[in-house]
Amino acid sequence: MSSHRLEIRVKPRPGLLNPEGKAIHHALAALGWAAVHDVRVGKVIYVDMDADTPDAALVEAEAMCRKILANPVTEDFEISLVAAEGGVPS
Amino acid sequence: MKMAVITFPGSNCDYDLYKAVQQVGGEATFVWHRQRRLHGYDAVMLPGGFSYGDYLRAGAIARLSPVMESVVAFARSGGPVLGVCNGFQILCEAGLLPGALVRNASLRFESRDVHLRVERQDTLFTSEYDAGAVLRVPIAHGDGNYQADDDTLERLEGEGRVVFRYVDPTGTVTPDANPNGSWGNIAGIVSADGNVLGMMPHPERAMESLLGSADGVGVFTSLVKSLSTAAV
Amino acid sequence: MPQDLVTSPLPRPTDPPVTPELVADHGLSPEEYERVLHVMGRELTFTELGVFSAMWSEHCGYKNSRRLLRLLPTEAPWVIQGPGENAGVIDIGDGYALAFKIESHNHPSAVEPYQGAATGVGGILRDIFTMGARPIAVLDSLRFGDLDSPRVRYLFSGVVAGVGDYGNCVGIPNIGGEVAFDRGYEGNPLVNALCIGLMKTEDLITASASGVGNTLMAVGARTGRDGIHGATFASEELSQDSDEASRPQVQVGDPFTEKLLLEASLELIASGAITGIQDMGAAGITSSASEMAGRAGNGVELDVALVPVREPGMTPYEILLSESQERMLVVAEKGQEDEVRRILEKWELEAAVIGRVTDDGRFRVLEGGVVVADIPALPLTQGCPTYEREGVESEEVKALRSADLSAHATPSGDLTELFLRVLGSPNVANKRWIYHQYDTTVRTGTAVRPGGDAGVVRIRGTRRGVAATTDCNGRFTYLDPRRGTLAAMAEAARNLACAGALPTAITNCLNFGNPLKPHIYYQFREAVRAMADACQAFETPVTGGNVSFYNETDGKAVYPTPVIGMVGVVEDVDHITRAAFRNPGDAVVLLGRNSAELGGSEYLYVTAGLVAGEPPEVDLMAERRLQQAVLAMIQAGALHSAHDCSDGGLAVTLAESALGSADPGDASLGVEVTLDDDLPPVAVLFGEAQGRVVVSCAPERLDEVLRLAADHDVPARSIGAVGAPGGALRIRVRGAAVELPGERVRDTWLQGLSGIMDAPHAAGA
Repeated sequence: MSSHRLEIRVKPRPGLLNPEGKAIHHALAALGWAAVHDVRVGKVIYVDMDADTPDAALVEAEAMCRKILANPVTEDFEISLVAAEGGVPS
Repeated sequence: MKMAVITFPGSNCDYDLYKAVQQVGGEATFVWHRQRRLHGYDAVMLPGGFSYGDYLRAGAIARLSPVMESVVAFARSGGPVLGVCNGFQILCEAGLLPGALVRNASLRFESRDVHLRVERQDTLFTSEYDAGAVLRVPIAHGDGNYQADDDTLERLEGEGRVVFRYVDPTGTVTPDANPNGSWGNIAGIVSADGNVLGMMPHPERAMESLLGSADGVGVFTSLVKSLSTAAV
Repeated sequence: MPQDLVTSPLPRPTDPPVTPELVADHGLSPEEYERVLHVMGRELTFTELGVFSAMWSEHCGYKNSRRLLRLLPTEAPWVIQGPGENAGVIDIGDGYALAFKIESHNHPSAVEPYQGAATGVGGILRDIFTMGARPIAVLDSLRFGDLDSPRVRYLFSGVVAGVGDYGNCVGIPNIGGEVAFDRGYEGNPLVNALCIGLMKTEDLITASASGVGNTLMAVGARTGRDGIHGATFASEELSQDSDEASRPQVQVGDPFTEKLLLEASLELIASGAITGIQDMGAAGITSSASEMAGRAGNGVELDVALVPVREPGMTPYEILLSESQERMLVVAEKGQEDEVRRILEKWELEAAVIGRVTDDGRFRVLEGGVVVADIPALPLTQGCPTYEREGVESEEVKALRSADLSAHATPSGDLTELFLRVLGSPNVANKRWIYHQYDTTVRTGTAVRPGGDAGVVRIRGTRRGVAATTDCNGRFTYLDPRRGTLAAMAEAARNLACAGALPTAITNCLNFGNPLKPHIYYQFREAVRAMADACQAFETPVTGGNVSFYNETDGKAVYPTPVIGMVGVVEDVDHITRAAFRNPGDAVVLLGRNSAELGGSEYLYVTAGLVAGEPPEVDLMAERRLQQAVLAMIQAGALHSAHDCSDGGLAVTLAESALGSADPGDASLGVEVTLDDDLPPVAVLFGEAQGRVVVSCAPERLDEVLRLAADHDVPARSIGAVGAPGGALRIRVRGAAVELPGERVRDTWLQGLSGIMDAPHAAGA
C-alpha cells in the first residue's frame, strides 16, 4: 500500500452553455484583453489516497468521478497521477 | 442627504436600498457601474445581489468596474460607504475592508431572519441604536462566511471594528445563532477610519413591521443624522 | 401567393432524406403527415419537417388537450388577458394589473434536476416579463417519490438548489409553493413554477408581430444546441462524434443573463421602439416567430445565418429548434433597430436583426439568402389536429376507491404516537429545509413568507396586496379525478381566504401520463370538467396554463396532478392574516364539519402504506360560503389567525397554528381543544375532510365570529383555547386524547424533513 495523489480535472462538456466562462470572458474583454475569444470554467480536485498500485488508484478515482465528483450530464473528467509532497497544494 | 446607490449588472437589492434611503428622508440616486465620476454625494452604497452572477468569485468582477475607482477614492478621503451583502463582498475584493466572504459552512444558500447585536454604537451607521441592542434582520446569501487570517481577526476584535454580531434572541453569541460559519459570529465590520461599513444581513429589508421587522431603520437614520451633523 | 407558384426549396446536401421512418421519429402520425402534405401542397424539406414536428407536438400544439380545455371559463370583468398569450393578466385595482402563469419542466428535471428546475424558473419569468410586467414573486410546486431512495433525495435536493439559485440570482422572492413525496411520483418528478408580475394596466404589450415591414431581432444569449435530442436528427457536427450524439443536450440556465434580459426587456417595452416581444421557449425561434406571425395574421421571413450562435456548424434545423435559454424575439418598429441595440448594449447583451414581418402569411426561413423552409403561418400555428380520445376509468383505481377502510378507523396504536408519525412525515413536516434556500424577502414586498397558507406581496403605493398559492393532492386525484380536482380548487381558495384575499383567477398546470391511454385520458377529462365547475362556482376564471403529458416511466404514469395556481387580491394589508395563533387565551374555533372520511389521507399512507378509499367529498357552494365567511371575519378585524385543514388532518392544522413560524424569536404556543364528534377518533384527528378552517380570536369576539359564520350558513363551534408560550398540545376526542409537551411537537415537526435531508448519507445519485 502506498499513498497516491490524483489530480482530477472536471471540465464543462463542450456544446453546453458555460455561464461562468461567459461572464469572465466579458470581464476580460472589458479590462482590455480583446484577444480572448472563449473562456470555460471547470474545477480541479486533488485526492490523496492509499492504493496498492498507481493503476489501482486511477481505477478508484474513475469510480469516484462517475459516482459523485463529476455530473455525467454536464461534465467530463480527466485524471492524472501527480507527485505528492507535503499537503495539497495551497 | 444625497446617497449614491451603485448598480452593477446583476445587483438586485439596489431598489430596496433606494427605498430605504427615501423612507428616512434621504435622496437616493442610482449610479450605473460604468459611470466613472461620483460628485456631489454625501454617501455611497453598494447593494446586495449577484453582480456578474457571482461568477468567478462574488464581487470579484464588480470591483473592477469603472465606478469603483471613484468609490475607492471617496472612501479613502473619508466618505461614508455602506456595503450590504454582495456590497460587503465587493468592498473586501476591493481591499476597502479586510478579509473575505466565502461559501456558507452549510454549503447552502441561507435565507431567514437572524438576530444581530450592535457591538459599537459610536459609528456613523449605528449612532441611533442603543449599545448592545438586538436587531432582527433578514439574511439571504450563499457566500456570507466571513474569514480572515489570524492577525486580521485579532486586529478587528482588538480595535473594536466588529459592528454587528450574530446572536440568539436574548443577545447571546452562540453557534446556533451563526447562520454561515463566520469567524467569531461576525456579521458586519467597519474600516479602521470608521467610514466604511460592510454587513451581510439586509437592514434595508427590515424597514417595516408589515414585512417582518423595522429594526434596520436605525442604520439609515444614523447615517442621515451623522451626515447632517457633519454638514453643520 | 397561389401555391403552385411557390418555389419548393431545394434540399440541403447534408440533410437526411425525409422518409416515413424519419417522419415517425419526429412524432408525426401518418395521418398527421398527410395533413401536413395537404397544407404544403408538396413534400417537405428536412428543416420543414423539424418545424412541423415541433409546432404540432403535444407540447406546442396541445393536440390531445385543446378540445377539453375549451370547457374552462376564461372570462370575467377583471380579466384583461385570457389564455393565448405568454401569460394571463387580471386587473387588481388602483391602476395595477397582475400577470401570472404556471409552467412545468418535468422531463428535463428528471434528467438533470438542478438545470431542469433552474431553466423552468427562467422560462416562466420570461413569460411574465414579455407581457410588460415586472416579476414580483415565484412559487414552486414539486412532487417526488418517497425520500428513502437516494436517487429521490438527489433529485429533490437538485431541484430545490436549481429553483433557489436561479430565482435568487435574478432577485425574485419565492413566497410559497408545495412539495409532496409519494411512490406515485417515483420515476417522474414534477417541477411546476408559477410567477406573478406587476404592471400598470396601460403597459400591457402583446406578442403579436404587427406592422408589415417591421424588423425581427434576436436579443439576449446566443443560440446553441440546447434541447435538441437524439442521434437521429444528426447535425453535421454531431454525426462526426457518435459519443456526443448519443448524449442529451441539456439546457443550462444563466440567471445573470436573465436578470439583464429582464431589465432590458422592460426598458424596451417602455421605450415604444418595439411592437411585440416573445420569449423563445420550447421550439425556440420556430414557435416564437411563427406564433407572433400567426397572431397578427402576417408572415415572417428570417435568415438563420444572421442568428448569433454559440457553436460552429449549426444547421437551420438546429438553429430553429434550439432551446437555448435567455433569448427573446423582438419586433422592432422599422427604423428603431438602433434604439433597440442601444438598450440591449446598455445591459451588455447582444441584439441582431434576423428578419422582417411580411404580409404574405408565410413562415419563411433562409440560410444565407437561400430558402430552406416556406410554410403557411396560420395552418402551422393553428392547423394542428386536435383529438378527443377515448376515456375509460381504470378498473384498478375503481377497486382501490371502493376499498373497505373500516379496519383503519380503529387506531393501530397509541393516538399520540400515531399523531407524531403523521406530523413528522415529510409531506406534513416543516418545510424550511426548502425555503431557507430561497430568498423570500428581496424587493421588500413580501408580507407573508413561505410556511403559511398563501404567500402575500404588498403593492407599494396602494393599500393592497396580492396572494398566491399552488395546490393539488395527487392521491385524491388518482383515486377520483373529479373529486380530487374539486378538492384542489377548494384548497387553493381556502388558502387565499385564510390569508385575507378574495380568490380571483387561476392558472393551471396539468401533469398527466400518456393521453393515448384510455385510463389517462379519462383522468384528464374528468379533471378538466371538474375544474370548469369549480371555476364557475368560485368565479375564478382560467387565464392560461400548461399541459404536461407523458409523465410516465416503464408504462407507469404519475398520479394525475392538476396543479391549481390561484391568485387573489387583498383589499387592505391590514387584512393580512396568518396561520399562527397569537395570544394565549384566544378562543379556537372550527369552521366546517368533521367527517369519517379517511380515503387518500396521509394517515393511511404513513400507517398502512395505502392510497385507497374515496377522497373526501367537496361541496362547492359550501366552500364558497366558507371563503366568504372567513373573509367577512377578517375584514371585521375579528380574527387573530386562520388556517385551512389539509394534509394530515385537523390535528396537524391545530399543531401548525400552535407551532407558528418556528423562527428564533417567535415562540410556539400551546393549544387545548376538545372534539366531541360522534365519529371514530382517528377520522376526527387525521381525516382530510374538505371545507374546514381553524381560526382564533379574542374571547370577547367569539360571539361575533360565531354569528358571522351563521350568517354565511357555515357550521362553527368553539373547540378550545390557545395555550401559553411553549405550552402543551392537548386534543381530546371521544374516549381518548393526543397529549404532548410543546417541545416534543416542535422537534418532531422540525426534524421530519430536515432530519432526512441533513443526514450524512443523504447525498448520492
